[in-house]
Amino acid sequence: MIEIEGITKRYGETTVVRDVSLTIAPRTVTVIVGTSGSGKTTLLRMINRLVEPTSGTIRLDGEDNRSLPGYELRRRIGYAIQGHGLFPHRTVAQNIATVPTLLGWDRARIDAKVAELLTLFQLDPAAFGPRYPHELSGGQQQRVGVARALAAEPKVLLMDEPFGALDPIIRAKAQDDLLAIQKHFETTIVLVTHDMEEAFHLADRIAVMDKGEVVQYTTPAEMLVKPATGFVESLIGAGERPFRLLAIETVATAVEPGTAEGKAISSAVSQREALSTLLWSGRKALPVVGPDGVLIGKVSLDGLAQRAAGRS
Amino acid sequence: MQLRVDKLGVIIAALAAYGAFLAPFATFRANRIVAGEARSISEALPPVWATVILLFVIAAAIVAALKTPSPLRLAIAFSTIAALALGIGAAAGHLTPPENSYARVSPASGFWVLLFALGLLAADALTRLRPSPLVRVLFLCGVLGFVAALLMSGTWDGLSLLKEYASRAETFWAEAGKHVMLALGSLAAATIIGIPVGVLCHRVPRLRDGLLGVLNAIQTIPSIALFGILIAPLGWLAIHVPGAAAIGIRGIGAAPAFVALFLYSLLPVVANTVVGLAGVPREANDAARGIGMTDFQRLAGIEFPLAFPVILTGIRIVLVQNIGLATIAALIGGGGFGVFVFQGVGQTAMDLVLLGAVPTVVLAFTAAIVLDALIEMATPNRNQVQSA
Repeated sequence: MIEIEGITKRYGETTVVRDVSLTIAPRTVTVIVGTSGSGKTTLLRMINRLVEPTSGTIRLDGEDNRSLPGYELRRRIGYAIQGHGLFPHRTVAQNIATVPTLLGWDRARIDAKVAELLTLFQLDPAAFGPRYPHELSGGQQQRVGVARALAAEPKVLLMDEPFGALDPIIRAKAQDDLLAIQKHFETTIVLVTHDMEEAFHLADRIAVMDKGEVVQYTTPAEMLVKPATGFVESLIGAGERPFRLLAIETVATAVEPGTAEGKAISSAVSQREALSTLLWSGRKALPVVGPDGVLIGKVSLDGLAQRAAGRS
Repeated sequence: MQLRVDKLGVIIAALAAYGAFLAPFATFRANRIVAGEARSISEALPPVWATVILLFVIAAAIVAALKTPSPLRLAIAFSTIAALALGIGAAAGHLTPPENSYARVSPASGFWVLLFALGLLAADALTRLRPSPLVRVLFLCGVLGFVAALLMSGTWDGLSLLKEYASRAETFWAEAGKHVMLALGSLAAATIIGIPVGVLCHRVPRLRDGLLGVLNAIQTIPSIALFGILIAPLGWLAIHVPGAAAIGIRGIGAAPAFVALFLYSLLPVVANTVVGLAGVPREANDAARGIGMTDFQRLAGIEFPLAFPVILTGIRIVLVQNIGLATIAALIGGGGFGVFVFQGVGQTAMDLVLLGAVPTVVLAFTAAIVLDALIEMATPNRNQVQSA
């Protein structure tokens, strides 16, 4: 649990973050979005005290984050940034081992952790451990960057546009991997991005920042249906709204009784994908099968149209 | 095989031809001061020696002028240089009348032109071969070993330069010691002080601009003027601070020379430290802070290793510069190889000048090669790492 209470950051006359209060539930993904200069990165960096707030408090599991020296606090919180920030003169294994080494873990424990993380991120420890960052592809470097952030098993992981430097296909894969990792370690993730697609894909809750203030903090569905301000609406993109709404829910919640002709689709795919399949196949409805392959109903164009309009 | 012409090689061949056939090989003088008489290769050497050397030079010129494999060019360049080195020693024996200890024989312009042309050929071939840093240092050791062997064996004892040395052997080594102490000592002091100052400048931008400005200004003061400027404050220190005179601080002598060299050394060390630290990737620094390194851990573990090759480049600049500048220290009684240079100039004895100048050049050259090799080894070689 992260409790941000009345946090303000001023640089001279300019207020970068103004009186922000948020409560972030444990084991969730919270995405902070906003245009550049909205103060989202500054807010993130105040959680691990890379930036010291001018006023207000931040508590992690009830404990004020100023009760420890900054560097000790940061060793307990994962931190991953755009462009990975790997140390070019250290191998992949040494990079991942950075925080455990700072914490004084013994050699065997560090080696085991490095191997575990590399395997989890689909990198062969024997092949990738001894390599240098510049020998890796962009996607691999980014995975090592996240692995390094998770090495000391932090409860909280802060990410500042972690996928910003990746091409779209690798980025989508990296996002799915991150969600899997988050489930695996039950980490609380706070992620900053300006990519709304990414925000809706990853977030349990989204906080929209504008000129240093949080203008809306809610679930993706709620935000789509009831954007708090014109700014939020423009950020979502009026033309994208129905599709985003369909994208955040799976077919499972849109199943209607009955059956239909044609090739069945899985209840686990997004409603947006179902709409796309319907349009492409030219049918009005498609049969839906559950995770066990049993027919559970149908999904129809009309039904999806209702949902896309926010009237489900 | 088609014969093709090498552009640089043609110039080398032309230089070699000029050096071998038109310019004098050695100079003979009846005594140390009088003007010399020029002798060509055929006059300066016994017929067999002259033939062998000319054959070597002709072969080297042909190899140089045509497009030939680099190892062959390197081999012929070095063997011809070796033949010349032995030849000039033989010329000394051949030209000096028996039982005459006043006559002087020294290399003349033809010898130096040949040496330059062949040195160019060797350097060009070496550049094309791209040897690893370790191989370059081994090469240097080989060349220095060869020169040392020639000196020890007495092959060159008949040469004027060695005769100057023979009458000053003890002073020579004493001055050599002072020279190295001045150059290395001031470098060590500049490194010990300059690197922390550079780190401080990196962290405090306001200090950086001011301090680099001052150091830049010092760098523009001519060396002799700086020695002069230091006489007054150091002289005052010697008189007014108890114990200062006892540890050698005086207005003239080694102390002001040391201080001046130290001041000249500060700029490259501080500036390169600042540049090196500024070149550390911003993301690496941010990540280092973000995952909980203390400032010192970040400096020692991330910033310093990444900036090290650039800092080392500064040290290389300083070392080569100091070895040359230390020569001037002789003017204010600081000792070093400059002693011979200035004595030689005073006595119009060129050989004495060379006794000071040649070791200085050899020292600077050696220092440059060794440090370049070190810098290359400290800089991560991306291609090598990739194939490993």
